[in-house]
Amino acid sequence: MTDTTRLIIVAVGGQGNLLASGVLAEAALLADIPVRMSEIHGMAQRGGVVESAMVFGDAQSPIIADGEADVLVGFEPCETLRALNKCNTETVVITNLAPLPPFTVAIGQGVYPDIDQIQELIRKKTGRLIALDASALAKKSGNVRALNMVLLGALIQSGVLPLTAEQVKEAMRTRTKKAFLESNLKAFDLGFEAAAAI
Amino acid sequence: MHKLLTDQPGKKMMLLGNEAIARGAIEAGVAVATTYPGTPSSEISLNLFQMSQESDLFFEYSTNEKVSMEVAAAAANAGVRAMCMMKHVGLNVAADVLMTLAYVGVKAGMVVVTADDPFMFSSQNEQDNRFYGKLSGLPVLEPSSVDEARRMTAYAFELSEQLGEPVILRTTTRINHSSGIVELDKIMPPKTKGDFTKDPMNQVPVPAVARKLHVKLLENWHKARDIAETSDFNIIDGKGPGGIICNGVSYTYVTDAVGELDLGDRVRVLRLGLSHPMPEKMIKDFLAASDKVLIVEEGEPVMEEAVKAFAQEAGLTLPIRGKAEDLFSRLYEFNPGMVRQCVARFFDVPYTPPEVPDLSDIPPLPNRPPNLCAGCSHRATYLEIKKAVAELGLDTIYPTDIGCYTLGMLPPLSMADFLLCMGSSAGTPGGFAVATDKKVISFIGDSTFFHSGIPGLVNAVFNNHNHTLVILDNGITAMTGHQPNPGVDMSVFNLQGYGRISIEKVVEALGVQKIVKIKPFKLAKSIEAIKEALSYEGVSVIISEEPCALFAQAYKLKKKRAFYISDACKNHRDCINQLACPAFYIENERVHIDEVACVGCAVCAQICPENAIRPVKKAG
Repeated sequence: MTDTTRLIIVAVGGQGNLLASGVLAEAALLADIPVRMSEIHGMAQRGGVVESAMVFGDAQSPIIADGEADVLVGFEPCETLRALNKCNTETVVITNLAPLPPFTVAIGQGVYPDIDQIQELIRKKTGRLIALDASALAKKSGNVRALNMVLLGALIQSGVLPLTAEQVKEAMRTRTKKAFLESNLKAFDLGFEAAAAI
Repeated sequence: MHKLLTDQPGKKMMLLGNEAIARGAIEAGVAVATTYPGTPSSEISLNLFQMSQESDLFFEYSTNEKVSMEVAAAAANAGVRAMCMMKHVGLNVAADVLMTLAYVGVKAGMVVVTADDPFMFSSQNEQDNRFYGKLSGLPVLEPSSVDEARRMTAYAFELSEQLGEPVILRTTTRINHSSGIVELDKIMPPKTKGDFTKDPMNQVPVPAVARKLHVKLLENWHKARDIAETSDFNIIDGKGPGGIICNGVSYTYVTDAVGELDLGDRVRVLRLGLSHPMPEKMIKDFLAASDKVLIVEEGEPVMEEAVKAFAQEAGLTLPIRGKAEDLFSRLYEFNPGMVRQCVARFFDVPYTPPEVPDLSDIPPLPNRPPNLCAGCSHRATYLEIKKAVAELGLDTIYPTDIGCYTLGMLPPLSMADFLLCMGSSAGTPGGFAVATDKKVISFIGDSTFFHSGIPGLVNAVFNNHNHTLVILDNGITAMTGHQPNPGVDMSVFNLQGYGRISIEKVVEALGVQKIVKIKPFKLAKSIEAIKEALSYEGVSVIISEEPCALFAQAYKLKKKRAFYISDACKNHRDCINQLACPAFYIENERVHIDEVACVGCAVCAQICPENAIRPVKKAG
């Protein structure tokens, strides 16, 4: 499994997960790195969880078994915690810290876990945790919807993927809307810097 | 230009499996494409629909899968290449066509795409449509990767023409919704007009003709089997005495497992891509050269049973295993880890899975089920029916149907009691009405009504069942991604030349005596009208008309006007507790409305006892 890197991205529908994985796939294509990706969508627009699996390198499988992700990126802290079954004790976890409580919490059918407790649990069970308030950084970039690009910045900074920041930025230029390119690039840099400072 | 029309052979593109299938059809010069949308197949047709607007391709969203296959079958019998695509259960609807089309055959290539959904990510069952190959006698192709899906789709047209019968391309969700790098091939210009040569002695299967056609079908089956024996899609990798036989996406898991377990010198892998008819000689030779064989296939033991029968015929007694308690399940989908583990166990090699953390101390996490969207008209209709039923004191059963509105089953709405398939909300009420004394109120969407609801309603009128059918007309096929249906105004898509069918006129023409129409965002008026329909003995129909909120926003059909909760709120929480609209959230023990999510349906404002929910005033 040495020549293969496995990435899981979890998000809530509408957070821009599919665009983020699309940018990474494009970057891999530009870098001539084999990549396979699998997505479960369909109910994404109905507020459910969206999961993307990306396999970089030699492996043929388009999905990732439980315990086999090398890196997990969570766009929402509770969903990051829920996806820990995809991790092993070596996995690098990158999570947004800004919660988006599911509707069930509002109608009293569940309790949203404490953010510090979420971080502590992830830190204890996996290889490394990079936690940042990606939503705040997105706001700072000038585009609140760019939290996906903030997290891409943090992901690339972690060095787990065989992709450089320049390759990903190049992919952003072809995959994201021109009007948002500048704020997206800024969001990427903010995420990259924030992860470097952790 | 649509990216899938890029005419640059050799160019590499990252494509979704469904895009790759659409591209394969374009490369093969498909001239007619038909569908009824259904996940996980929907993006194939969506891309073809888009391409038809800038190319010679004829594309149609048909009323249902049966009609879709009939249109494609006739086009292929008039000599132009045709494809129809559907989700796995859609093929049940089209099965009547398929079974006899196998006899009648085609003159130009015809491909039937069936997208199976192991694990039921968005389906009501996980039936294994490889059985349709066996049932119909038609060839089945099963891709293992995105690029192969493109190549196989193009090849399927050739094979179809070689045999003079349709070919089934069977995928699973992990092919449809995977993405991979595809290398484009050249595009063959479509032949868009053919001719129909009358030949009733071969094309009208009255019994005397059908008896002859069945002979031809069996001859074709033998021809197809011979093709499978040497097909480039039936491949053997590796060397050694061990054997694995697999298909579809499982081949990728097997390939990874063999590499990771370093079994390349001990195990040969036979991947069946042209999987029906099975290449009998190839498999018998494979078995004869193996000391034990593992069958890796999701779903039913289709290959396993056939391979065991081949072994018996060949007098071979080697162990052949697949579905078993200690190996593979017939349930759900496989994954690389479990396949690796089973391969290691079967071939007796040591394997230690990665060390997984103990997750037993993770607190219970709040669920995040999909929900009806903010401003969804179905939520309003459900609330009104509930209120009308409560006011009338009725004891009810709520059969439902396939669509977004099935999500009404979740509390607090809890408006779904029984569901079988597309259209079942129109047929099942008859049984409940006859077998119980309860009031039966069922729900169907506009697209589903056209798909297969009409015959059920005809039946209810003819047999005089006591039943209220609620048609939730949101003006689009919403669940699968806003495809048109016969009730849709196609000018919304800037498309001309389509008919448009009024649901109300259809219902009237069927002889329904009690029809009421509601605008569900007008609460009090709707409840009164609903009560009138529910009080009617016999068949009544309520048509609830309001565009899908997502569609209305995307196509700017309605102005968004967010609401907020003013200080007059006394925290009764009727809004959140009765409606469960995802635009609500709780902060500091108070209900708030997310102004970005709220579209301004104002239903909550109409149930607030304090009239505390008010429209946001525009700044300035």
